[in-house]
Amino acid sequence: MRAAVIVFPGSNRERDAGRALKRASGREPTYVWHTQTELPDATDLVVLPGGFSYGDYLRCGAIAARSPVMEAVRRHATQGGLVLAICNGFQIACEAGLLPGVLVRNAAMRFVCRFQPLRVERADTPFTSAYAGGQVITLALAHGEGNYRADDDTIARLEGEGRVALRYCDADGRSGSAADPNGSTNAIAGILSQNGRVLGLMPHPENLIDPLVGGTDGLALFESLAASTRVAA
Amino acid sequence: MKARILVTLKTGVLDPQGKAIEGALRSLGVDGVESVRQGKLFEVDVQAPDAGAAEATLRAACERLLANTVIETYRIEVGA
Repeated sequence: MRAAVIVFPGSNRERDAGRALKRASGREPTYVWHTQTELPDATDLVVLPGGFSYGDYLRCGAIAARSPVMEAVRRHATQGGLVLAICNGFQIACEAGLLPGVLVRNAAMRFVCRFQPLRVERADTPFTSAYAGGQVITLALAHGEGNYRADDDTIARLEGEGRVALRYCDADGRSGSAADPNGSTNAIAGILSQNGRVLGLMPHPENLIDPLVGGTDGLALFESLAASTRVAA
Repeated sequence: MKARILVTLKTGVLDPQGKAIEGALRSLGVDGVESVRQGKLFEVDVQAPDAGAAEATLRAACERLLANTVIETYRIEVGA
């Protein structure tokens, strides 16, 4: 799997993403600075990593979404390339129009930093094939603006088209306001683009790949991606 | 030419920051404040032949960057 991890000023999880990609696919990703206008040849997957690009100035992800490299990322996505957008990357993808909706301040006004159970809503995507549908996994949350919002039509379309990939839940897999860490509509934690090739999610799968840090539930996401690009190649 | 751009949340969009400010005003004993919505103000110097051209430039600025029209609206005041 040829992966390109985009690095913006203020990104801080790019090495974590790189480590997860290496572990799942055996191959180091290329790190691409935001001023570049091209992706490396034959890139299978673009990762927009977590962090605080541009210090979250204006709106989270707003300025990064307009940086030169994003034109190349948009072309890659339009051609059916895979994009994994994590946390601040998810905010950037929404601001760039790769995914619908927006992530606003957590409803309780608190930065959330903890482990969180999530339900994998679909296992038939390139991002989740190594999970079972409905499986409850634990990933790490670390965000202040993860409250997913979109207009009613967009939410209805996402739900109707099965584009909610991950939902916040309790340890038994039940969603509800008690299990929703940030006030997201319908406990949405991750969504897919219309062609199913772009995934944006607030939790950090790249940080749960080693038992030393509390779990390995995130690794399967990267293994899914590695398997999907092996089939394609 | 000087201009101001006001970006505010659309009606119905949750504004936790505004709510927190509202609560703080209440706890300070500032009476009569019924609700608070927080927004952003941009003061801009813009080069343009006339007010209409300046507004067109700033409209593009809002649409492309300054406002996220999923949740926000904007108002442009040229010559403010």
